[in-house]
Amino acid sequence: MRVALFVTCINDLLQPRTGRAVVALLERLGVTVEFPEEQSCCGQPQFNTGYRQATEPLVRRFDRAFRDHDYVVTPSGSCAAMVRDNYPRIGAKAAAEGRGRELSDAAALAVPKTYELTEFLVDVLKVEDVGAYYPHTVTYHPTCHGLRMLGLGDRPRRLLQHVKGLELRELPGAEECCGFGGTFAVKNAAVSAAMGADKVRHIAATGAEAVCTVDNSCLLHIGGTLTRQGSTVRPVHIAEILASTEGSVL
Amino acid sequence: MSGTYLGMPAFPRAADVSTRDTRLRANLTHATHTIRDKRAAAVAELDDWAQLRAAGAAVKDRVLRRLDHYLEQLEAAVTAAGGQVHWAADAEEANRIVTALVRETGEREVVKVKSMATQEIGLNQALEDAGIRAYETDLAELIVQLGDDLPSHILVPAIHRNRAEIRDIFRREMGRWGRPAPEGLSDSPAELAEAARLHLREKFLSAKVGISGANFMVAETGTLVVVESEGNGRMCLTLPETLISVVGIEKVVPTWQDLEIFLQLLPRSSTAERMNPYTSTWTGTTDGDGPRNFHLVLLDNGRTDTLADTVGRQALRCIRCSACLNVCPVYERAGGHAYGSPYPGPIGAILTPQLRGMQGPLEESLPYASSLCGACYEVCPVAIDIPEVLVHLRERVVEGGPVTRGGTRTVVKPARGHAAERAAMRAAAWTFDHPGVLRRGMRLAARTRRLHPRRLPGPGRAWSRTRALPAVPAESFRDWWRRTRGESPSGPTGERGAGE
Repeated sequence: MRVALFVTCINDLLQPRTGRAVVALLERLGVTVEFPEEQSCCGQPQFNTGYRQATEPLVRRFDRAFRDHDYVVTPSGSCAAMVRDNYPRIGAKAAAEGRGRELSDAAALAVPKTYELTEFLVDVLKVEDVGAYYPHTVTYHPTCHGLRMLGLGDRPRRLLQHVKGLELRELPGAEECCGFGGTFAVKNAAVSAAMGADKVRHIAATGAEAVCTVDNSCLLHIGGTLTRQGSTVRPVHIAEILASTEGSVL
Repeated sequence: MSGTYLGMPAFPRAADVSTRDTRLRANLTHATHTIRDKRAAAVAELDDWAQLRAAGAAVKDRVLRRLDHYLEQLEAAVTAAGGQVHWAADAEEANRIVTALVRETGEREVVKVKSMATQEIGLNQALEDAGIRAYETDLAELIVQLGDDLPSHILVPAIHRNRAEIRDIFRREMGRWGRPAPEGLSDSPAELAEAARLHLREKFLSAKVGISGANFMVAETGTLVVVESEGNGRMCLTLPETLISVVGIEKVVPTWQDLEIFLQLLPRSSTAERMNPYTSTWTGTTDGDGPRNFHLVLLDNGRTDTLADTVGRQALRCIRCSACLNVCPVYERAGGHAYGSPYPGPIGAILTPQLRGMQGPLEESLPYASSLCGACYEVCPVAIDIPEVLVHLRERVVEGGPVTRGGTRTVVKPARGHAAERAAMRAAAWTFDHPGVLRRGMRLAARTRRLHPRRLPGPGRAWSRTRALPAVPAESFRDWWRRTRGESPSGPTGERGAGE
C-alpha cells in the first residue's frame, strides 16, 4: 500500500502542524506515508470563483504527483470533495471544448483513490479507535463539503468518541455553514461575518474548550472570529486530536 | 403598488444593509427555522422520498428535452376545451396581452391568485399604468400590496413582517383599498385572518375578471392546476366571468399520472403538509360552471434561452416550493429583497441571471451570493444542483462565453471589474503549478511573518474587520518534510518542469 499525503496549500503554508499530525497518526497505525513534493493546490479557490480553465494545469499536476500511489489521503474535506466532485466535471468540459481526454483520464485515476482522512481511517484502515488521548471538552463542526459533498456522516464523531479523555459536546445548529466559503468571505463579507458570528455563538454555548473540524479553511474563519471576539475556545483540526497520545498531547 | 425590482443595488451592498436590520434578522430566523424543521419531519415520513425526487427530476427533464412537443399538445388540448392560448416572448408582450384581454371585458378591476409569473413580469404595475386595479387575494400578497412593499419569499411573500407590523399595515391601509380593518384590530393571528377574510370577500363577490398563474399544466388534457393553502385562489378561479392564466412554459407535465409525483413533492417541501388544503384544476370552459372565457398566456421571458444552456437548464425544473430559501444561511441573513427579484434565495441566484441575462451589476453579483454549502441541493425536491449552476454562472461572469439571448447564439464578454481578480487567480494558479516558485514564496512569507499587517487593505479589509488574520508559521509543511525526512522518494522531481 503506497499512501501519499496530499497536505493541501492552506495546510502547507498556514497549518503545517496538521500535516505533521497526519504523518504521526498514520505512521502510528503502521502506514508508510510519502509526500510527493510535486503536489500543490487542488484548484478549488479558482474553480469555485469561476476560473475553471486556470485549474486545468493543477488537475494535471495532481495526477502527475499521485499517479503511482494506491491511496491519496488529505486532511481536508473540501479539497477531497474538489477532486471527487469537480475533477470529473473539469475533465468532461475540457473534452467537450476540444482539449482531448487527458484531463478526464486524469480525473478518472484520481477520484477513486482520494480520501479525506477520517474516511481513510474508517473505510480503508477500518479503525475507529486510533489509540488517541486528548483530555479536553471538544465540539465538532461538520464542514459543508465533508457533510454534503463527501457524505462523511458520523465517521469523524465515531473517531472522536473513541479518544480517551475527550468529552464530545453536541453543537447546536451543527449542520449550518460557518460562512467561510472561500472567496465568499471576501465578496459577501457582511453575510459571511454574520454567519460566522452565529456559528461562534453556538460553539460558545457548548462550553467546550476546543472546536474541531476536518477542514482548516473553515477553522481559519471560525478561529479568526473567535480570536477577534476574545474567546478562549481553541480551533483544532481533527488530525491533531487523533494524533495526540498519552505521551504527547498536541 | 409602486415598488420595482429594477435598479436594485448589487447583492453584497443590499445584504450589508439587511444583515444589520436586527428585526428583519429575527423575523427571518424564526420563520425559516420553524418551516425547515417541519419540512424535514414531513419528508422523513416517506420511505420513497429519494425515488420520488428522482422521478420528479426525470419528468421535468423529459419535458424540457421535448418542450416544443408538449406545448403544442397543450395548446391543442386547451383550444379543444374552449380556451384560448396566447404566446408571450417576454414580459412586455405578456403584459400587453393581459391588459388588452382585461380591456376587452370593459372591467377596471381584477382579482389575483398568488402567482410568481405575474410578479416576474410586473403585471400589477402594467395594469395600474393602464388604469386597471389588481387586487391580490393571497393573505401574504395582500400584506405586501397594502404595505406598498415587495415580496421577499416565494411561499411566504411577507415573511419579513411580523404580526405587529401586519396589524399596523391593515389598520392604516385596508380602508384605502376596500373594506377597512375592524375597530381595535389586535395582532392575534385569528383577528388578522378574519380582517383579511372580510376585506377579500367583497372583492371575490364583485370581480368579473380573475388572473392566476398555475403550478402545473397537463399536456394530455389541457388542464391547469393551482395548489394552495387558503382557498382564495379557488374563489378567484371559479367566480369571475373571465379567467386569464399567465404561466411559464416550463410548467407543463405530460400526463395526469405525472401529477401524482409532484402533488407529493410540492406540499411536503413547501408548507411541510402531507397534502395541501386546496388543489384546483380547470380545463377550458364548461357550460353552466365557472368562467365563461378562459385565456392561457404562455410566458417565455428568457426560458428558452435558459433551456439552451446544458448546465443551467436544470433551474427550469423548479416547482417554486421555496425549500431552498428556508435552509439557506445566506437568505436567512440577507433577506429576500437583497436578491432584487421575485425569486430570492438560492434558486433566485441561478434563475434571475439566466432569465434576465447577466447584463447588470445585480445579475453579475447573484451567482456569488452563496457559500456553496450545498444545503439547497440537499433539500431540492427536483434535485437541482444549485451549487453546480452557481459555479457555472460565475465562470460566465469572469470569463464570458457563448450564451443564447432572445433565441440567438452570442458570446458575452467578461463582466467589468474582475480584471484584477482574474489576474490574481491566474497568477495563483501559475504559482501553484510551479513548486519552486511556490516554495520560495512560502519561505519569504515565513521569514517576513513578523512584518505582516494585522489588518488588510483593499478587498481583504472586509475579512480583517471581523476576523483575525491567520499567522504564518516559521516553517511550511514541505520544508519540515524535507528537513526531517530528507529527499522523499519522489524527491527533487518537485522542481522538475517548474519552468522557472
